[in-house]
Amino acid sequence: MATAVEEQAGGASTVREHVLDNGLRVLIQEVHTAPLATVWAWYRVGSKDEGPGVTGVSHWVEHMNFRGSTNIPREKVKGIIEQYGGYWNGYTWIDQTTYTETATRDALDHMLFIESERMGSCLYDPADCESERTIIISELQGGENDPDTLLDQELTATAFRAHAYRHPTIGWLSDLQTMTRDDLYGHYRRFYVPNNATLVIVGDVDADAAMRDVVKRFGAIPAGELGRRTQTKEPEQLGQRRVTVSKSGTTAYLKIAHHAPAGDEAEFFPLLVLDAVLTGAKGVNLWASFKTPPPQRSARLYQALVNSGLASGITGSIVPTQEPFVYTISATATQGTSLDRLEEAAVAEIDRVARDGITPQELTKAKTQLRARLVFENDSITNIAHQLGYFATIARWQDFLAMAGRIETVTLEQVGHVAAKRLGSSHRTIGWFSPAEQ
Amino acid sequence: MTVHSPAAHGLAPSRQVLANGLTVLSKRTAVTPAVTIHASIRAGGAADPSDLSGVAHFASKTIDRGTTTRSADQIAEDLDSRGVPLTAAVTRQTLSLTCTCLVEDFEAVLTQLADIITRPAFPAAEVDSRRSEVITLIRQDEDSPAAVAVDGLMDMLYGTAHPYGRKLRGTIENAERIDTAALRAFHHAHVTPGNVSLAIVGDVASPRAVDAASAAFLAWAASPEPAIEIPSPPVPTGRRARVIPMMNKAQADIAYGFTAITRNDPAYYAYWLMNHIMGQYSMGGRLGDSIRERQGMAYYVFSSLDANVVPGPLMVRAGVSAANITKAVASIDAELTSLVNEGPTEQELIESKQYLIGSLPRTLETNAGIAAFLTTAEFFGLGLDYDVRVPDLLKAVTRDEVHEAARRAVDPSKATVVVAGPYDGELA
Repeated sequence: MATAVEEQAGGASTVREHVLDNGLRVLIQEVHTAPLATVWAWYRVGSKDEGPGVTGVSHWVEHMNFRGSTNIPREKVKGIIEQYGGYWNGYTWIDQTTYTETATRDALDHMLFIESERMGSCLYDPADCESERTIIISELQGGENDPDTLLDQELTATAFRAHAYRHPTIGWLSDLQTMTRDDLYGHYRRFYVPNNATLVIVGDVDADAAMRDVVKRFGAIPAGELGRRTQTKEPEQLGQRRVTVSKSGTTAYLKIAHHAPAGDEAEFFPLLVLDAVLTGAKGVNLWASFKTPPPQRSARLYQALVNSGLASGITGSIVPTQEPFVYTISATATQGTSLDRLEEAAVAEIDRVARDGITPQELTKAKTQLRARLVFENDSITNIAHQLGYFATIARWQDFLAMAGRIETVTLEQVGHVAAKRLGSSHRTIGWFSPAEQ
Repeated sequence: MTVHSPAAHGLAPSRQVLANGLTVLSKRTAVTPAVTIHASIRAGGAADPSDLSGVAHFASKTIDRGTTTRSADQIAEDLDSRGVPLTAAVTRQTLSLTCTCLVEDFEAVLTQLADIITRPAFPAAEVDSRRSEVITLIRQDEDSPAAVAVDGLMDMLYGTAHPYGRKLRGTIENAERIDTAALRAFHHAHVTPGNVSLAIVGDVASPRAVDAASAAFLAWAASPEPAIEIPSPPVPTGRRARVIPMMNKAQADIAYGFTAITRNDPAYYAYWLMNHIMGQYSMGGRLGDSIRERQGMAYYVFSSLDANVVPGPLMVRAGVSAANITKAVASIDAELTSLVNEGPTEQELIESKQYLIGSLPRTLETNAGIAAFLTTAEFFGLGLDYDVRVPDLLKAVTRDEVHEAARRAVDPSKATVVVAGPYDGELA
């Protein structure tokens, strides 16, 4: 039987949490603004749970989990939801793998059926594993066509020496070429257990009825043994690092990474404010934040790099993660601007904020931007459910609901402290994509 | 217990044309205390002077960089301090300005947006500083196999004498020539009240939305809209292929296509379903099932249909390794041939109809989604009840009509095929 353990107001309505006897955490929020329902199934497994030889296995497993299960033939997996006009997708990143469906509310039980099948009985047909191998290599090579993606991969691998955040989620090519069906299936069976998962339902549903459907679909799936997780912490960086990617291309790119706090650390919130001052507020929704540009025209780095004509665009990336990741600032050099000059201007701004902090006016503006962003990012049941599941996976779902309040309490001193502590040159990794002549 | 309005009642937006000809579309929603403002202006790339492609795109980068009353920095500070990003986007038909703000900021932000739309100054210093951004974007496109393949296909399908055949961002040479005078001339000619549809969607009632729009735009004098003549595209007589080697890249992009139909063609709904069956349903339709699912050749393969005021492109796209290019193109040929010869199955037609009809509530869930839907319906004159009529329009399409659409649209012997990537071999 399910046990209700907590309720908390989430926006206009209440988030109800239940934990099934098999360990499955279930979050349900009724939102009746459209005749839709969304389901997100989250697993605490991502590329940080992979070792040498099997990098990319979590992402490949995600692909395989669209390839049919005991009761859903491969060719039907995607169509079940599309018959209801539904959207489906999945993604894998460093801490998590997740699957989603959004469709008309009458498809709710079908969504739960698909996710229960995905958790308990995917097939891993050897021929499908092989077919998916070449698809994923195509995905990797498509990514490598983009210099920005290539540089980001090299930068992260340079910023991390020990922690498994260092390798790309898609994996290294040679691992993708050599991994076996048993590697995939073993990873799937270890991590796809109810006690490693969170199921989120948001939308035009009756919470009690939805919970009964969840128990019916998931209640009999047995808990599993997760085994020992890797405990490696990244040792403190003792000096500036640098990486240059030299490849033919038309455009030069600069990236600067500093080690960031984890999403549930107190320093995360002042860093979020600091990023808003430097590059404009993005919010904290990995699913939605990057689809809308930030308000950044008056941001410090935009003024210094874009308005000055040195860069055609800048971005800042600070995302809540389970363990300390990196805060990355990226800039695209305009034609004729050398990377030396662009880096000098960017570093001057970073050093200035590390030395002098931000102004009271900047603090007020950053908080306003972040407050607005949190409102804008709650505009659909898909986004609301994403945030509950995302935070449940990297920390606690209640952290998401507390976010607006934690941002409001950030002080000038906290931002100054984080800037001085985090943005120093000894914690910095600088990456260049330097286009060679074609 | 539910409190929503059933979908059958529809959006029922309010529509009002101001005295100067500007159209205001509004719809109240109460999901969040926010409002999306979406101005769709008939001033896209098709309005570029024939000898200066890229002006509309350049205008989208500079229109909010200062007005006759406010500097670029003042505008930036005002919008940023409210947490409002303003997005300017350009297609071949429209220039769109979109933003979302908190309800409390609605009137102030709309006033700001009206100033940007009606009185941009295109100051020379701002134009010069955005020039380097535009040139960098063009250079990035030149390094992207996807952009190179699609631009190459549009060039071959439409030719450089046609606005669809020219690159939306123009050329570097043009970007170096475009100045304040060219941008002001473009704005004067095409950004007129009669060319603007303004959608206001969010937690404001329609009277408040219309009052605010009237106050912000009513002083803007009407002026005649120039007719933009867009010729019909040439009709290809045979198959054409082109390889654009980019040997520094890891993977090749295929753009394979045809010119299709206009949005107002009665066969549009049959084409829509045909395209969905061919290259969209369940991750790439028949093409996805063959090239991705069964053969494992590509991470992405899909088709897209841009039925517009002129016959827009029907395009198949795929990213594949150099070794698989010939095989992938042959598979596209085979799938299209099969669709032309046999038509869709009854099951495919039912599933695609169910999907397209069922996906409407999702399309209309967010303020931004509703605003985009309303401005598109307005652009094509589809009516305020279009969202309610769509299900019946799709249901009425027969299998024979979809089969006929395939016969008319996707004959592989008339296809134009462009490949860009690490490949310098032949192409059939």
